[in-house]
Amino acid sequence: MTANAPGPEEVRKGTFRFPQRHFLSVFDLERPDVERLLDLAEGFVALNRQKAKKLDLLKGHTLINLFFEASTRTQSSFELAGKRLGADVVNMNPRTSSVAKGETLIDTAVTLNAMHPDILVVRHGASGAASLLSQKVSCSVVNAGDGQHEHPSQALLDALSLKRAFGRVEGLTVAICGDVLHSRVARSNVGMLGLLGARVRLVGPPTLIPSGADRWGVEIAHDLRTGLAGADVVMMLRLQLERMEGALVPSLREYFRLWGLDREKLARAAPHVRVMHPGPMNRGVEIDSDVADDLSVSLIQDQVEMGVAARMAILASMAARLDNG
Amino acid sequence: MSPRPLAFFNARLVDPASRYDGPGALVVSNGRISHLVKGAEGLEGLSDEVLQIDAAGAMLAPGLVDLRVKTGEPGNEPKETLKSASLAAAAGGVTSIVVQPDTQPVADDPSVVDFVFRRARDIQLVHVYPAGAATKGLAGQVMAEIGLMREAGCVYVTNVDRPIVDSKVMRRLLAYAGGLGLLVSHRPVDPWLTAGASATESEFAGRAGLAGAPVVAEQIMLERDVALAELTGARLLADQVSAACALETLARAKARGVPILASCSINHLTFNELDIGDYRTFWKLDPPLRSEDDRQALIDAVRSGLVDIIVSAHCPAPAEDKRLPFDEAAAGSVGLETLLPALLTLHHEGRIPLIDLVRAVTLAPAEAIGLKAGRLAVGAPADLVLCDLGVPRLIDAERLTSKSKNSAFDGRRLQGQVRMTVVEGRVVYEG
Repeated sequence: MTANAPGPEEVRKGTFRFPQRHFLSVFDLERPDVERLLDLAEGFVALNRQKAKKLDLLKGHTLINLFFEASTRTQSSFELAGKRLGADVVNMNPRTSSVAKGETLIDTAVTLNAMHPDILVVRHGASGAASLLSQKVSCSVVNAGDGQHEHPSQALLDALSLKRAFGRVEGLTVAICGDVLHSRVARSNVGMLGLLGARVRLVGPPTLIPSGADRWGVEIAHDLRTGLAGADVVMMLRLQLERMEGALVPSLREYFRLWGLDREKLARAAPHVRVMHPGPMNRGVEIDSDVADDLSVSLIQDQVEMGVAARMAILASMAARLDNG
Repeated sequence: MSPRPLAFFNARLVDPASRYDGPGALVVSNGRISHLVKGAEGLEGLSDEVLQIDAAGAMLAPGLVDLRVKTGEPGNEPKETLKSASLAAAAGGVTSIVVQPDTQPVADDPSVVDFVFRRARDIQLVHVYPAGAATKGLAGQVMAEIGLMREAGCVYVTNVDRPIVDSKVMRRLLAYAGGLGLLVSHRPVDPWLTAGASATESEFAGRAGLAGAPVVAEQIMLERDVALAELTGARLLADQVSAACALETLARAKARGVPILASCSINHLTFNELDIGDYRTFWKLDPPLRSEDDRQALIDAVRSGLVDIIVSAHCPAPAEDKRLPFDEAAAGSVGLETLLPALLTLHHEGRIPLIDLVRAVTLAPAEAIGLKAGRLAVGAPADLVLCDLGVPRLIDAERLTSKSKNSAFDGRRLQGQVRMTVVEGRVVYEG
């Protein structure tokens, strides 16, 4: 692949002007925009594997990472993406810094806005927080996860991983399994995979499937074996242990027994099945290490690599909009 | 000094007590309605002292009686004071308000009830009646001094938004208040099903990632309340019914003759959950907005009389409590000034006859708490609203009188402009 990797100039030509000021929800996207983002991201994947990976597409732009919730991979992924594109990247950590002591989300946003950043990457524990912020600042806002609502850059990197593994997303049967109720990854993927023409199945106990999900244009299964039958892709979700107030499942061992992905259950899926997980994994809860670490099956490492490329594609196309007004 | 007598002519009188909706004229003197003409003939032999007002066909109806108003006084005056709420009420044609006891301190004691009465008397705008807390500190455990509060002037008791979970407490409260002839108002809501929720459980809430509670949370508690009302024979007001399934419970209870009344808020007659849209916190309400099917069922229930009373559910919240992510924002909307024009939407759309709408905000709430207001009759208190029914308006929350501007009607196009509000013969508002 390295042999015919595109050079920085070719990648630069592939950038396009993102149609919206903000990147908040996959439901704001049109399919052609997603296809172009994926093409662009593929170029970045190749570039990222080269020694000289630095571009100047975001030169002179400031990117602020504003993470109200802890995150290792998403925050570092956006940070690397921004730096590789030449942006000045600042990580704000409102949980420990004095910025947000006693301040509301909006106070913080207004404070940061006065520093004239170009792109604000936000993660917050409340659904709709990124949207609220976008209404109060003059820069572009990228939603890096808002409560139980959406995580659109994750859906883009998942689509990128699938496209590279299968050559297409259209027509794939994707089983999204586990704690759908608390998962913003699941909501964004339902939208993204639907947009790209995949068949989506939500699999989990009724207490972890949102009410009304039967009208999301997906299939629903309340048994993992049935749900996995013939699936091309199994997307395991992290059981949100920190959000398990109210005992939605009786115990972790029961959860692993009924809903944890192991070899035996995975055998129900298509022979060429690939397994994904947005991380961080609860090994032995929703996924057996035996499956997670098998590189012939697992795309989990690829997802991390694709994360940087997908976020570079998002930032580059947003910068193209900034540069062209 | 009593104010100058008033005479309204060329009016469209709407009186739910006599079910009269037609042309007429009316004279006010010494704080009461002294003369009433139903029909096209005018008033004759008026002295020069009388101020004559040509209604030019506008509706003249009893002033509105709003059973569910929150202010911030005492304890949280930046939100709303009794005075600012009274001004908002006057501007909205509301002549009697019942203020909720969830103040600081809680009105669970006759001294707080007395304080509210004295403050309102000094303000001299609209009638302000306190509701007393049903339980001490609204904690739902020990009955408050409801007999003493009644002597001090409270018109009903309520636990406001916090349901009385302990059925034994609720039973005793109903029995005891019933013995005093005092109405008990209770919000039917199961606190366990609704814990942590900020929206109605639905496809919309699921997609938006908002924690939702199922509508049966309302029905479950209402079933219990109905059973206890039947057991004790006490009068109960089901406060702000909003779900179609709860209306079925209510219909069965009324058919059996259980002494139950029900109210709903104008918000739930106007909006559905989709108005929340992009996490707009002005539409975060308690109870949360429901589905369109629920809203339609609620409109039908008002038309059929199953729901007796409509309230504004006036709930001021300052900007800093609303400018937050949806789950963290305060619930509630101000509503005193928009209650009447919003109600008229249902008239203009031909959904509910005007006289039935007027009844639900005048006579029905007045009778529920034993007021003589709410009717156009000789000798009745001269609490009146004169309203141009057809005048179009674009509601701008920033221009509302309330200290807090959290109006779910912000940006809404409504019809109906209050021209004059009269309380005991005094003009308290002219628009």
